[in-house]
Amino acid sequence: MFLRRHPHLLVFLSLLALFTLGVTLLSEAMGTGALTTSFTKILGQTLCLCLIAIAMDLVWGFAGILSLGHFAFFGLGGYMIGMWLMYERTRLIVEPSLLAQALPPTAQEVQDAIAAQIFGVVGASELPAIWTFAGSLPAQLALVVLVPGLLALVFGWLAFRSRVTGVYLSILTQAMTLALALYLFQNESGLRGNNGLSGLQNIPHASNVSQAWISLWFVWGSALALAIGYVLATWIVSGKFGSVIRGIRDDEARVRFLGYPVETYKLFVFTLSAVMAGIAGALYYPQAGIINPAELAPVASIYLAVWVAIGGRGRLWGAVLGAASVSLVSNWFSGGGAPDVTILGYTIAWVSWWQVMLGLGFVLVTIFAPKGLSGLVDLMLVRRDPSRGDAAVGRDDGSLRDAEEAR
Amino acid sequence: MNTLLEVSGVSKTFDGFKAINNLSFAIGQAELRAVIGPNGAGKTTFMDIVTGKTRPDEGTVRWGDLGTSLTRMSEARIAREGIGRKFQRPTVFEDQSVEENLVMALRNRRGPIPALFYRRSDADMDRVRELAAQIGLKAELARRAGELSHGQKQWLEIGMLLAQEPRLLLVDEPAAGMTLDERQHTTNLLKEVAKTRAVVVVEHDMDFVRRLDCRVTVLHEGSVLAEGSIDHVTRNPRVIDVYLGR
Repeated sequence: MFLRRHPHLLVFLSLLALFTLGVTLLSEAMGTGALTTSFTKILGQTLCLCLIAIAMDLVWGFAGILSLGHFAFFGLGGYMIGMWLMYERTRLIVEPSLLAQALPPTAQEVQDAIAAQIFGVVGASELPAIWTFAGSLPAQLALVVLVPGLLALVFGWLAFRSRVTGVYLSILTQAMTLALALYLFQNESGLRGNNGLSGLQNIPHASNVSQAWISLWFVWGSALALAIGYVLATWIVSGKFGSVIRGIRDDEARVRFLGYPVETYKLFVFTLSAVMAGIAGALYYPQAGIINPAELAPVASIYLAVWVAIGGRGRLWGAVLGAASVSLVSNWFSGGGAPDVTILGYTIAWVSWWQVMLGLGFVLVTIFAPKGLSGLVDLMLVRRDPSRGDAAVGRDDGSLRDAEEAR
Repeated sequence: MNTLLEVSGVSKTFDGFKAINNLSFAIGQAELRAVIGPNGAGKTTFMDIVTGKTRPDEGTVRWGDLGTSLTRMSEARIAREGIGRKFQRPTVFEDQSVEENLVMALRNRRGPIPALFYRRSDADMDRVRELAAQIGLKAELARRAGELSHGQKQWLEIGMLLAQEPRLLLVDEPAAGMTLDERQHTTNLLKEVAKTRAVVVVEHDMDFVRRLDCRVTVLHEGSVLAEGSIDHVTRNPRVIDVYLGR
């Protein structure tokens, strides 16, 4: 019933299922080896990027809040899961050697040994307070949701309550992600400074499972998260709630005079999308293997906005389309997939020129195709806005009072 | 007279300019009132103060039987108290259908969680159809509001106001940019509505005000210059001097 009202849901879920099935069958784990494990991981990561694109579309495309700080939430989600992965893996390595000693180690000794292993690289040997729950998977999973959620809640409450909107809000979100990245760069932050957390691809208690299989697990997990995120977002934007947030995007004051608490709605959407971003990050970084503060750089969040704009904001599948296509093409170019071209003696190295192309593409899409790639799909499906000929939208001649007065 | 809204001794200064100067104004439970005045007389600021968009420097705004003060409430809270406002330019949500516009305005719980779990009940949809019929947009329910003509948008906005079931409607230049027919329709609509609730119409057009056939308040330099029937105020020499004479 819900499906029938939203035909794009069925199409999207079928395509996602087909994609997942295809990747599974072609993966190295299944023995065909048509897709290398590293490429499988890239595909899995792309699914996570699609999920954060949905979160971005919710907050920007539907509620009109151009957040340029969503990778802060994404990164925090990654850090939270990364802490458990590192801690647990180190514990599994350290504990057996300690147990081999004549005297059984105390809990404190085990913890110190783990801390020395993890933090030796930044010259510390004590476990920082923020690692208190790192030994517990359920606790860290809860933090994946709670930390980005709380940050968004506090930040949003401060910003929305003061009625910061538009470009000022965007700048504020940039400042937020920059400040967080700079903080994390410090060794004292307790998250290993610019080294970040590494070796995240090695899942504790699964050392006998090959990376080929682990990559496949993550593709399934990411696909499931994306599917759930998509259905949830569809449900949110389709009902009256969706009506209200689109109203806020188009005319905030009007919604306020209808009696809706605009700030509460914004806070709700912002926090929810931050949580989605956190979950996406928690699935992304174990596949990437490493997370460091550079991931939270302001430019990352700007890319996110570019993906959603190129895909077509205000439509969930548009955001997914944008994130998937741009990030995959980006991977191909920046990974040296495209052969260099020599024109008039100048060699265009795509690895560096790709960024320029992307920027140009963004400008062109903004000017010529405001609906982005999803507008192209509309063209293919011959779904156009009704033509009004030359008639302007708005008042007609008869409504102009001048003419009437002249009579 | 049973007073619904009582504004007393309100002043508001913007950068040294006294937009509202010791203004007092009262309106009853079911009354139609026209507010006229030259540009800069403080008509819009008056509406801003009542709806919570602007906070007055001094004075009180009392509302309803309990005499609740409105000056500390947020816009959304005041709207929920039962004050609806129609802006000068039609502001409907152009991206959404007429039906969605009306459903959004229907008097229901306003928080995000109730909105998330909101289901269109039969009673609500009956009310939407009834409103659409009242504002002459019954056939346009499925259309996008952006496609409507200027006059239709004005009506849709009035319809949205009615859907809120306010006890007081503040209407800013409802007839602006309307054809003669459309204006007639609007006059009838406002008169009809004012039978059950208070309506304040801010208008420039004297012909339109005459057709409303109601009590008129003339504002000038932020305070009330004259009040009474249209014939009474148009005969007032000071009104003629500052307003009609020009």
